Amino acid sequence: MSETTNGAKPLLELRELSISFGGLKVIDGLDLHVNEHEIVSVIGPNGAGKTTVFNLVTGVFRPDAGDILLDGESLIGLQSHKITHRGVARTFQTLRLFLNMTVKENVMAAQFGHTKATLLEQMLQLPRARREEREIQAFAAEKLAFFGERLMGYRWNQPAYSLSYANRRRLEIARATATRPRILLLDEPAAGMNPVETHEITELIGKLRDEGGYSILLIEHDMHVVEGISDRVVALDHGVKIAEGTFEQVATDPRVVEAYLGTSAVATK
Amino acid sequence: MSTGAPTPTGQAAGPQIGVDEWVSRSGERTGPGGPLGAAARVADRTPQILLLAVFIGLACAIPELTSNGYIIGVDADTLLYVLLAVGLNVSVGWAGVLDLGYVAFYGFAAYFYAELSSGHYNLHWPTWQSVPLAVAATVLLGFVLALPSRRLRGDYLAIVTLFFLEIFNNFTTNGYAWNWLGLGAQHDITGGPTGLNNVDPFRVFGHVLNNRPTDYVFVSAAGITVVVILFHYVNRSRTGRAWRALREDPLAAEMMGIPVKWLTLLAVAVGAGVAGFAGAVNGAYYQGVFPDTFTFPLLITVYAMVILGGAGSLGGVVFGAVVVNVLLEVLRTPDHARWIFYAVALLGLLAKLRPWRLLAAFLAGLVAFGVVVNQVVGAVWPRGVHGPIATGPTSFTTHGFLATAIRHWLVLPKNTYELSNYQIANYAFVLVIGLVLACTVVKGWRRWVLLVPTLWGAAFVWETGLIERAPTTRPLLLGVILIVLMATRPAGLFGQTRVEIV
Repeated sequence: MSETTNGAKPLLELRELSISFGGLKVIDGLDLHVNEHEIVSVIGPNGAGKTTVFNLVTGVFRPDAGDILLDGESLIGLQSHKITHRGVARTFQTLRLFLNMTVKENVMAAQFGHTKATLLEQMLQLPRARREEREIQAFAAEKLAFFGERLMGYRWNQPAYSLSYANRRRLEIARATATRPRILLLDEPAAGMNPVETHEITELIGKLRDEGGYSILLIEHDMHVVEGISDRVVALDHGVKIAEGTFEQVATDPRVVEAYLGTSAVATK
Repeated sequence: MSTGAPTPTGQAAGPQIGVDEWVSRSGERTGPGGPLGAAARVADRTPQILLLAVFIGLACAIPELTSNGYIIGVDADTLLYVLLAVGLNVSVGWAGVLDLGYVAFYGFAAYFYAELSSGHYNLHWPTWQSVPLAVAATVLLGFVLALPSRRLRGDYLAIVTLFFLEIFNNFTTNGYAWNWLGLGAQHDITGGPTGLNNVDPFRVFGHVLNNRPTDYVFVSAAGITVVVILFHYVNRSRTGRAWRALREDPLAAEMMGIPVKWLTLLAVAVGAGVAGFAGAVNGAYYQGVFPDTFTFPLLITVYAMVILGGAGSLGGVVFGAVVVNVLLEVLRTPDHARWIFYAVALLGLLAKLRPWRLLAAFLAGLVAFGVVVNQVVGAVWPRGVHGPIATGPTSFTTHGFLATAIRHWLVLPKNTYELSNYQIANYAFVLVIGLVLACTVVKGWRRWVLLVPTLWGAAFVWETGLIERAPTTRPLLLGVILIVLMATRPAGLFGQTRVEIV
């Protein structure tokens, strides 16, 4: 069972989670938890199963064994959009924006689960549909404003494909926050960014927790980001948790070094 | 730089040249050029409700302006096609579901209405009951037939839905001797190959709409007005946005809390509802339903309308439906079709050949080539030239400016039937296809040289064969138009240009 800091119940908890594709055990008995207002980073070499964890939590794959609990309630077997509705939102390692929709529409579309107007109400523009539409607009503007000038002004009405790479990453995070999540799963938010942008995104993730109030589970290869903001770091290799603790503890763990550099590196050291 | 690089006047209000905002707004400044671009900009500025009013007004004015029954009939048919295209646009244009069974919904509703309103089962339900029921049943069928979309997407769903259409066609054609699992007596459900006849016309507020196209122009126009306005609002609301999101990326849409499977079903069912209304109108308007109507060629035609107009654009698909149906009607009579053929060829050359000297040289070469061939053939075989040209199914002429020009340019044998033109045309057709393929292979000036005999050959095949065979010619020309459109404007005339991968 997972130990929790200050005795609180974890927000997201993975218990003995396992999945295999064919004969390959991709995740093998993984225990992981994220507490309220905590930033947990998952690191590990390529193919360690990090993104698979995200896919399991968001319901893309169904685990062979184990349980996933959000606030004590199991997410196993729920459809992905229902899991999102419960408060889990994610971004993608390979960006998956709605490229041909405008910046604002991307964020507005993500509020579908929190609006209720029926098709008929929308067709006839009945009061509830109009009110919800106003709320969607205002909420989208609020979420985009979180990113400062980057996604404001004239950019609102531009198609998402016209954005720069870094702005697309920001928009994906904005879109995820528009689903009103409690926990954000960020899959390599700093991938492909230059040092300045990486620094910015690191600050942003901290801001998401401090001002936005989200708990964050983060996959990241850039150790500057991981070091800068993680409350806790979990290292995976071949689907097994090999280390957990503060960044310093994990980074100096011989098994982590071995996983990244191989056994001979340890031996020759 | 800060001390005043001079800003060009007129740019003062906008962003500075070269900055991020200026670059990303370049699309707004340039846009598509030419008369089409100008038309699109005017259409953009005009309030959409006004465009709809103009369109409906024109459609309803035609029966008042003319007493020509044929033209009013084309008007009524066109409005039915507009309804079909608007319905298909929901699944194909907005939700991106490739639904090839769409025409089955149209046919199902037509049969459904006919069963309730004919002597077949001796039911004569009032219109206000039978039409809503037909629409509701079609929506339900839409949900059922879209069920495979829970597992399949893209090409696979297209194949399965096409399979449903084929089942429907089989059922309607052979449904006159139906028995359940080989048990009991045989029932005549669909009337078989001859369909259901003597279907009741609509009765609206005590008026019987007796197979007068004019009445059905008004019925369809009313339907279009309601549907387009309702869909316009849906498109701007949460469901419309969700449809577009799942078209862009179903997985990401699902992850953002959008119930993709449900919305796919909904898109197909809503589109089916429109087809259902159109189907009921079809049954009442023609006072009969026939299995041949609801087959693959109709599906292709409706798809062509949606693609030509621009999938996803409500105004675009209405425009596409009008253009395609009017074009197909015009192609029925050789006299009109001839003008379209030469006009399209000339417009194509005008668009592609620059500068004008090159165009003049090419046209001169084209004319010279034809005249020389005409003279040579005339010298060798006098009966082979200066024959009449077709103006109708069995009528020919030797008079008129265009006729004279064509007869001196092409090689038209004197006695059409004796020399069995069709045979010559068929061989020439194969030869022209070969020439077209050769044109795609060679490059530079050789292509233009090769294009001379190709165009001449195409004109020969057109005048001696295709022009009289409307059923063959129409899909052929439609295909050519779509190919040209896809090469020049892949998003359709009014569609938004879409980016697949950036």
